[in-house]
Amino acid sequence: MQKLIDKYAAKMVEAGLAEPGAPVVGGLDAELRWNRDAPECAELARLFEHLNINSLVYAEPAEPYRSIIDYLAAQDDHVQPNDSETRTFMHDLPVIDDFSAASMAAELKRHKSVIIRNRGIVTWGTVSPEQAFVFFSSACFACFVKFFSDYLYAAKQGTLTAKQTRLFESVADQLYPLPETPPTLMRGPFTNETDVYNAVIEAGRKTVEYRLVDSFFGNVSYLHDNTLYISQTGSSLDELEGCVDPCVLDGSSCAGITASSELTAHREIVLGTGRQAILHGHPKFSVTLSMYCDKYGCDRRDRCHTRCADYRAIDDVPIVPGEVGTGPHGLCHTLPPAMEGNRGVIVYGHGLFTTGQDDFNEAFSSLLSIERLCRQRYFELVGG
Amino acid sequence: MHGWTGTILHIDLTAGTHTFERPSPSLYETWLGGKGLAGYYLSPDVTRRWDAPEMPLILMTGPLVGTASPTSGRCCVMSRSPLTGTIGDTSVGGTLGNQLKRAGLDGIIVRGAGTRMCGVEIVDDTVVVVDAEDLRGTDTETCAARLNGKGATALIGPAAENGVRYASIMVDSGHAAGRNGLGLVFAAKNLKYMTVKGTGKVHVLDPDGLKQAREDVFRQIAASPVLLGELGIAQYGTGALYDLMDSRRMMPTANFRETVFDRARVANAAAYKERYAPKRTGCNGCHILCKKVTAEGTHLPEFETMSHFSALLGNDDIDIVTQANALCNRMGMDTISAAVTLACHAELTGDSISGSRILSLLEDIGQARGLGVELGRGSQRYAESQGEPELAMAVKGQELPAYDPRGAYGMALAYATSTRGGCHLRAYPISHEILRKPVATDRFSFAGKARIVKIAEDANAVVDSLTACKFVFFASSLEEFAKAYSAVTGVPSTAQDLLRIGERICYHERIMNARNGFSATDDDLPKRFFAEGGSSGNAIDIKPVDRDAFLNARTNYYAVRGLDTNGRPLPAKAGELGLELHAETD
Repeated sequence: MQKLIDKYAAKMVEAGLAEPGAPVVGGLDAELRWNRDAPECAELARLFEHLNINSLVYAEPAEPYRSIIDYLAAQDDHVQPNDSETRTFMHDLPVIDDFSAASMAAELKRHKSVIIRNRGIVTWGTVSPEQAFVFFSSACFACFVKFFSDYLYAAKQGTLTAKQTRLFESVADQLYPLPETPPTLMRGPFTNETDVYNAVIEAGRKTVEYRLVDSFFGNVSYLHDNTLYISQTGSSLDELEGCVDPCVLDGSSCAGITASSELTAHREIVLGTGRQAILHGHPKFSVTLSMYCDKYGCDRRDRCHTRCADYRAIDDVPIVPGEVGTGPHGLCHTLPPAMEGNRGVIVYGHGLFTTGQDDFNEAFSSLLSIERLCRQRYFELVGG
Repeated sequence: MHGWTGTILHIDLTAGTHTFERPSPSLYETWLGGKGLAGYYLSPDVTRRWDAPEMPLILMTGPLVGTASPTSGRCCVMSRSPLTGTIGDTSVGGTLGNQLKRAGLDGIIVRGAGTRMCGVEIVDDTVVVVDAEDLRGTDTETCAARLNGKGATALIGPAAENGVRYASIMVDSGHAAGRNGLGLVFAAKNLKYMTVKGTGKVHVLDPDGLKQAREDVFRQIAASPVLLGELGIAQYGTGALYDLMDSRRMMPTANFRETVFDRARVANAAAYKERYAPKRTGCNGCHILCKKVTAEGTHLPEFETMSHFSALLGNDDIDIVTQANALCNRMGMDTISAAVTLACHAELTGDSISGSRILSLLEDIGQARGLGVELGRGSQRYAESQGEPELAMAVKGQELPAYDPRGAYGMALAYATSTRGGCHLRAYPISHEILRKPVATDRFSFAGKARIVKIAEDANAVVDSLTACKFVFFASSLEEFAKAYSAVTGVPSTAQDLLRIGERICYHERIMNARNGFSATDDDLPKRFFAEGGSSGNAIDIKPVDRDAFLNARTNYYAVRGLDTNGRPLPAKAGELGLELHAETD
């Protein structure tokens, strides 16, 4: 347990979610253990008496998340982001004032996270500190996207407040600078399994390093010898060793049942486009901008993520509706046809998919350049 | 009331009478329904012999049954297990739960015994005990056909009538209440069958709230590769796990001497799909539809049955597996226990049991002929009688399912601590150790597993009390189901509130088992798993489970669960949960 606690405390910092020394991570089996002896530990320890959990994370988020979350938390007692991940898994983010176990537990009984105004975020897990880490990361991502999305709408409608504008200018200056050039990845085509695994692992790790995915989700796949090698569901893209499933496409095995929930979409893409490599990340401005639509009177306004029937695009990059997985509104129905002839496609409020012919260089380059394009277009829209 | 009907039917087969009880709302809120409430009614009589006339046989549904709550159409059957002597329970699908609720019943408690074979027929509030002597000895298919049109059916076959310790109860023909031998309790009461038909409806307090919770759950199910993915159980049935267990090198093979089956590729779910082109079917109120039937209506085996009637016995003929499954269902006996007992016999004698030999032995067990009499006592009693008790792959006398504990240490601990004996569903650590939900854990480590197992046991006790299907929790969580529960019943609740109830239910089961003498000695695995490795390869090392690490994890579990070092309940913890210890436990 101690190794896991220390690992996720370190990952909080590596991912830019918290400053060094800020995370407090606790894990309980027969004994309660912490990553460090923090003043908050005594109060947080009481949470384990209130909740049937085995781990928790508390931290003041790093900038720009801290300022954004403080701002959103000042507006309401519930932050309600509209991105795909929050809609599917987190639902909403409650806000309280009191850093007491009783107050925090009252919300954590119903939610996966709680924001304590001007203090930070607490999240929990029932099987691993990784769960708490993922919820923390998801909360930061969701708040980031919500803030920038709300700001864009307010800017276009002329309803910006001075406070909102001040904060926007401040956090815009603190944005993580996108690298100018993509990395040089392994050159394909890959003709043996070992190279395929290594290429998938490398592409995943670089996607995280370049901060093109949050919560460490997203997925990666490569088609080789009628088998789609795809990252497993819930795997961290920077730790794909042992987490890539070979899924034979002839239907003779279910061994890939633990493959990414987007297996069907990936399969349809490789079969439809003839391209072998797929990369999927959650770059922030691609997600944010995909949620901006100025058809205010549209009768599908609250159901854009499943019902939007219009052709939408950011320059040459289409935006399609679709939920995670294979349900009736699943992105497996909308994404694959949109990928044909395009360098990338954004799924509304979710993330960006790109492809490469026989390795990940082009897919990565597209992921990076489309996110750069979205960031640029976003600031143009706000400025204009 | 909302959700619950507020009525429980008591039937006395000795007197041929019945009464309706209207429990207080607080009783429902304390125990939820299903397994929790059934345990409450079992408790006063739990130290009786399983075949004592006073021993209750309980069928209990939960508050979500009969509503639009997803995958919530199940029913719990409970009594004292003839196989293990522990509390015995099993969750079963089909239409039984729904029909009970529509008949205005949350559950039925049967006591006493008929002097002749009898049946119980329920249509709304009309309850009739009828003579069923003419059905004595009939197999479950024949019996079910004779009851056609009478609503949901729960019945036993020849195995129960012939004393097989792992006799099952068949519901609506294709759904087995398989584990713990509860079919034998039916037989002890001379009860061949029950039928239930209802015309009422379940009242929901907040339909909009339920709709919202339902949509949240549906969205999560759609995002789950295990459930609705193209390789998931909606497409392939639970057999979708077959290749995965083999690739993780934890498929019990040759009576658990090996963990990889070299012919798995010809006996996997894809092979069944190609061979039988099955249709999808499932329980009332479920859209996952994990059960598979052939065009002729033959139910295809579930994962456990697929695995144990192939790898465990060295059989690669899927027609034989399908026939063995059908035969067990017709005889009314648990496929897991039957297959493990055959594998035990094969190892003990050195005989090869495959092909038609599997079928003839199953027939002998069900009909109590020759060797079948001994094998019908279960692997533990059989192996003990042969002087080789260590060859029974069982915990507390119940045979182990198709996940080798050397390949998943949480599973090892959960097998040991299960209150009904060798069972994968009490904590189902496969969810995180193999299926990566909610996140992946290290399957070869006990670190943190004590508390994980305890929390999962609590959660699954809630699921079995609501009474929902566990599969949906590969995708969803009690957070969403607490909203459904509150919307249906009007009782304010959270996931953590439900977990507290789950903790009470689990502790109550430990108390009942302790009253029957169960302790740490029984919370253990067969020696094989500590002494022999599995089939290592492909960079996966299947080592023997480290005995000291296991015992340390078990000690941690006792601490987390609030038990003493011998695994027995403590007065303070019992009091904290609103429970009492009895003299036998003290």
